[in-house]
Amino acid sequence: MSVIENVNAGVAKRKEKKAAPFWESAAAYRYGFVALILIVWEITGPFINPIFFSYPSKIAVAFVKLSASGELPYYLGQSLEVMFYGMVFAIIVGIPMAVAMARVRKLDWALDLPINALYATPMVALVPLLVLWFGIYLKAKIIVVFLFAVFPVLINTYQGVRECDKSLLEVARSYRSSERWIWRDVLLPFALPYIAAGIRLAIGRGLVGMVIAEFYTTISGLGFMITRYANVFEMDKTFVPVFVLMILGISLTTGLKWLEARIAPWSHANR
Amino acid sequence: MTKAQKTSVTNHTGPAPAGEPRIRVRGLGKHFGSLEVFRNINFDVGEREVVAIVGPSGCGKTTLLRCIDGLLPHDAGEIRVGEQLVIEPIAGVAMVFQHFGLFPWKTVFDNIAYGLRMAGASQADIERKVPGFVKMVGLDGFEKAYPYQMSGGMQQRCGLARALAVEPNVLLMDEPFAAVDAQTREILQFELLRIWQERPTAMIFVTHSIEEAVLLGHRVIVLKGKPSSIHQIVDIDLAEPRTRDALRQPRFAELREQVWSTLLREAREAEFHLERS
Repeated sequence: MSVIENVNAGVAKRKEKKAAPFWESAAAYRYGFVALILIVWEITGPFINPIFFSYPSKIAVAFVKLSASGELPYYLGQSLEVMFYGMVFAIIVGIPMAVAMARVRKLDWALDLPINALYATPMVALVPLLVLWFGIYLKAKIIVVFLFAVFPVLINTYQGVRECDKSLLEVARSYRSSERWIWRDVLLPFALPYIAAGIRLAIGRGLVGMVIAEFYTTISGLGFMITRYANVFEMDKTFVPVFVLMILGISLTTGLKWLEARIAPWSHANR
Repeated sequence: MTKAQKTSVTNHTGPAPAGEPRIRVRGLGKHFGSLEVFRNINFDVGEREVVAIVGPSGCGKTTLLRCIDGLLPHDAGEIRVGEQLVIEPIAGVAMVFQHFGLFPWKTVFDNIAYGLRMAGASQADIERKVPGFVKMVGLDGFEKAYPYQMSGGMQQRCGLARALAVEPNVLLMDEPFAAVDAQTREILQFELLRIWQERPTAMIFVTHSIEEAVLLGHRVIVLKGKPSSIHQIVDIDLAEPRTRDALRQPRFAELREQVWSTLLREAREAEFHLERS
């Protein structure tokens, strides 16, 4: 163990040596540019008619107000519920289905076309139908998010399993592994980076699905806040849920990256 | 020692190994589509015997070994390990792979435990047995390391321990040291000799290094031709146990030259063939 710690310490040292001054670091550019956008927006924003536009400081004030009144947390909670269940179902359906397809050729032949067809269909076009079939309440919304999110998970996982190292599969066979253990020991760990990439894409699409579902069905959640405040031209308050959505997307995807690095250190090291 | 003669394959069973042979290969043949890889392969491996297989690149050494492990189906003949016919991987046979075949997502400990787990060993069994094998291959202190954190030599030590951990009757070595550097390779060769002395098994060692074959094998099988077949079986009568001293003996050089001379022409042809195609 101590040896490994030494290895890690060595890596850390090398990184230290190479560290550039802060203003040349990736972080400086990453956050500096965002800051620049916000500053320019803050300066120019007030010159535009507030019926159509707003600017950062005003939005921040609206954010605090909406949070304090409990309105934002309430609608955010509604949205997160839909997002959470939609994503969970997308993952628990998408991953096993993809592995099964990648392993059973006949299943692959049968499902390949329908899945690609559905993936290519703009899901928005299906929403009115889904409302007809599943009603306008929570169930329908979850199904919309599920349909938006499941395909990236499925297609990426499938790709990962198909590209699985043949020599590792041979090792598993040589040691007389059963198919169940091949999934657990070889296919899923190998496909993990692909699965993570699929889920990252799915989060983006899932958020789109969530807002669309909130527009088209019983109006609820952040989607409700957007329509409500846009209709009365309260632009600062309209921007608040939009920003929350943005932050939600970013934090979910970076959280996932962090999680991936924690549970799959090997895949990180190979890149 | 008589110069090993060029014999017809069918009546060549080599010196009778002590007791019943562990592995019996009879009339083995294999095609890949229309390409015939090898034909009529016959040999035995004794209970405590190391048989090395050498041959020019592309002669089907590795294919032969994978057939014996049951990873590939064969088209003709039969393979028996003990009384069991090989048609799929069987218990008691463990393979060490050229590219190590370690699971990147498993630690050294879990990689070594893999074979035991697949054989249905309990967690308690694994905790009890694995540390001994970690020690045997000299990886103590690295139990929690991942393969990507280790050198090639250490990775192959891990691969070797994984195979040894299932306590096999038969070890199949597929050019196990081909992917490590020359110094490490030499160290690992002597480590393997030491470990084999501790726990002798039947072993088939495929290599493209003639020195390695002569150093490790009790017999060296030379594969030749297209499709390849057994061209010669050379008995290696070096003193046991083999140590670094073996490398300095004139007899070692003699045997190496003998194997080399049978391979030389073929090797040249193979090289020329590759350049042309």
